[in-house]
Amino acid sequence: MPDATGLELYAQELRDRDGESIVDTEFHRNRATLVANPQKIKPVLEALQGKGYTSLASLHGVDYYPHEPRLGVLYELLDMERVDRISVKARVSTEDPRIDSVVELFPGAEFPEREVYDMFGVVFEGHPDLRRILMPEDYEGFPQRRDFPTGGEPVLFTFNEEGSYGRDM
Amino acid sequence: MDLKREQLPSDFRIRQLKARDMLRGDLEGEDLERFVEERVVTTTLEKAVAWARGNSFFPLTFGLACCAIEMMSIVASRVDIARFGFEAFRASPRQADLIILSGRVSIKMAPVIRRIYDQMLDPKWAISMGACCSSMGVFNNYSLVPADKFMPVDVHVPGCPPRPEALAHGVLRLRSKVQGNAPAGWRERYEAEGTEELLPEGDLRSPDISVLQPGDTAGA
Repeated sequence: MPDATGLELYAQELRDRDGESIVDTEFHRNRATLVANPQKIKPVLEALQGKGYTSLASLHGVDYYPHEPRLGVLYELLDMERVDRISVKARVSTEDPRIDSVVELFPGAEFPEREVYDMFGVVFEGHPDLRRILMPEDYEGFPQRRDFPTGGEPVLFTFNEEGSYGRDM
Repeated sequence: MDLKREQLPSDFRIRQLKARDMLRGDLEGEDLERFVEERVVTTTLEKAVAWARGNSFFPLTFGLACCAIEMMSIVASRVDIARFGFEAFRASPRQADLIILSGRVSIKMAPVIRRIYDQMLDPKWAISMGACCSSMGVFNNYSLVPADKFMPVDVHVPGCPPRPEALAHGVLRLRSKVQGNAPAGWRERYEAEGTEELLPEGDLRSPDISVLQPGDTAGA
């Protein structure tokens, strides 16, 4: 894990290549996170891949409701030779949840990106086969968003049996 | 080891001879009356069939989640459901007449389960085991459906997961339901006539639906 100084050095290096690529850095509980511009996520990850972070250990979505922009896509990168990790975060809004797919850089990102699309509705542009992966394909809504109702199906018990399906037909 | 032949009750031979006489038609009058009163049980065919049916469920080998582990153990020595004739778990829904929904049913799994249930032959019965597939338990969220929403369930066994004894009790409750002459068809049992699914229009063997071709699952 790069320390706080190392993280700033990384960020500066990436900013030198493209001034808009890194929005912010976070260093919290020894976890280094680069907050990247969602439009520049692919060059950022490519640069980090060239620095040795060759393994995408995890790709997942977060809903930061009520903070804006709400959605976040997190990339956990791992350098397997130095056993060194770094996180990259990109924030996208719910109005226009688009981000570039990184399947070309990390082929293993295909299914995680489908899952993030399934649960949060983030559209990964350039993904070879962006479909729902866990929920049925005709499902409506993105169930892991914080504004999605938590309750599931109403359950039939004896006290609410009257007037339920099968009775009033 | 010495085996000692057990002394039969003294009137056993007499009863045996009487039964032989009756079958030959030699027993008459008061003797016949008494023999019938003592030795013959009359019943209806429906009751006899229901009795046999309730004592020989063939459950489906079908597990969904952690409840399946408890379900497996009801055939083991402690609960030993074979005592009641339920030990023959069948690998095919065509041969089974009881499906135990042992675990959580996701909305993607529900059509699969419904298809398996439809493939079972009447009379068929269903036990919903555990909280998840009855009321969705701790997973009451977007991903699960309760079993009652898509198929008829005869017995709900609560618990998370239920102990094997609880499931055995559920099976015995189902047995008394079957032996109490519940209608064999589930549509009749739950007054669900008129809810049959309609087949799609056209010839089912048309090239649009060609699941018979290897590797092609379009339309399945």
